[in-house]
Amino acid sequence: MSSLITKVRLKQISQCIESGKRLDERGLHDYRQIKIEQGVIEKAEGSARIYLGKTEVLVGVKVETGEPFPDTPNEGVQTVNAELVPLASPNFEPGPPDENSIELARIVDRGIRESHAIDTEKLCIEAGKKVFVVFVDVYVLNYDGNLIDASALAAMAALMNTKMPNYEVKDGELKTKQGFIKLPMKSHPITVTIGKINNQLIIDPQLEEEQVMDSRISIAVNEKGNICAVQKGGSGYFTPQQILEASKLAQGKAAELRKKLDW
Amino acid sequence: MNEKPVKLIDKKGVRLDGRKAVDLRPIKLQVGVLSNADGSAYIEHGKNKILAAAFGPREMHPKHLALADRMVLRCRYHMAPFSVQERKSPAPSRREVELSKVIRESLEPALFLELYPRTGVDVFVEVLQADGGTRCASITAAALAIADAGVPMRDLVVACAAGKVDDTIVLDLHDEEDKLGAADVPVAYMPSLDAITLLQMDGILTPVEFQKAVDMAMCGCKKIYEMQKEALKTKYMVVRDIKEKDEVEE
Repeated sequence: MSSLITKVRLKQISQCIESGKRLDERGLHDYRQIKIEQGVIEKAEGSARIYLGKTEVLVGVKVETGEPFPDTPNEGVQTVNAELVPLASPNFEPGPPDENSIELARIVDRGIRESHAIDTEKLCIEAGKKVFVVFVDVYVLNYDGNLIDASALAAMAALMNTKMPNYEVKDGELKTKQGFIKLPMKSHPITVTIGKINNQLIIDPQLEEEQVMDSRISIAVNEKGNICAVQKGGSGYFTPQQILEASKLAQGKAAELRKKLDW
Repeated sequence: MNEKPVKLIDKKGVRLDGRKAVDLRPIKLQVGVLSNADGSAYIEHGKNKILAAAFGPREMHPKHLALADRMVLRCRYHMAPFSVQERKSPAPSRREVELSKVIRESLEPALFLELYPRTGVDVFVEVLQADGGTRCASITAAALAIADAGVPMRDLVVACAAGKVDDTIVLDLHDEEDKLGAADVPVAYMPSLDAITLLQMDGILTPVEFQKAVDMAMCGCKKIYEMQKEALKTKYMVVRDIKEKDEVEE
């Protein structure tokens, strides 16, 4: 996901952070402006578009029927896919998903799955045979850093916006009734990504910061303040002390975002 | 399919395979097991059986992937079709693609990438049998393979998981604990530098439990680190013995 960045720019970014500020005047632990629009695609059962600074992600949710996994016969299925669409960045190319988009999808998936955000037990139609399958498709439209937090927020917003057909089961057949029901949800996790530049921890790295940062850690936090998914990325390392610091930062930021978004 | 066993840990704190909370599974490490690779290692970690091989530093192929200012490390984590209960398709799954990436990123901090511009090191990890915690065992073996290839390293990378099973934080989860437990925290660590190079988690943990799991995993790493160093030395003892024998015969 990286492209060349000049040594001069690198120095500029590190000096900036050293002095407790960011390129765009933000504090080290501030998010860029967040704007979420829900229900932007009428044909999808649920959708949301997020603007995180200049980063833009659209998430569509489709609900279809399918078979459950053999080890969870009475639970619905959740699948997350991410597309780094070529129009989002000069460095994205068309073709099958590369490791970056697969990792992004799996981080978003883990945040939702491990916090039990979707109440999958309520998505069972006939145990072992037929369940609802929730497809969450993450579509990156403009890449300016921190796709993980943007995608995770947009995915949750889209799921909260999802309406599925009202149905009843008659003789093992699925009959749709009038109206819609909301997708059953149990939890609203928020993922916070922390980057490390010159041993300083920053929140919500933008593109240029991502290109120079040593490593990142993404932490999903649920409403109780518990941690439900973690992923370290990038070719640097964290000291145990920094991990502790990052987990505290993530909890604080998640709570702050939760209040702001009223989740 | 199958009902959860009532307890994964009994009243005395003994786990299904007879271990206590802070015990590792038995580990066997061997270095230099493949003659064609520049470096190789084999690990048996519980029932995990994993081979790792390293090639390089060598010219990048294809050439356009080479970087002018540093070495490129490539990793492939792959599971054999017969390594798990139900046959796994040999085509790379999304899980394997992600693990290849996180394993690479856990090894990169140990290498002096900037000292070998335009070259590449390839690490291939083949999981012959999986029993929970394969990414950790793979990292432990891959680091040994790279060291065996003679690539200078800041430190060996060693990995171990901790997790939560039946409300207890335990070290080194096996397959059943991994699947039925409440949380799993794999950690890769460079003990001499006190640097964490891989950290993942799934499940739900309170911040205090999370911290405890990371600490416990680091303790496990330190124990395996000693075995890693021993395995590397052992290979060269064998080489020395053979050489001495040859000299006597001459």
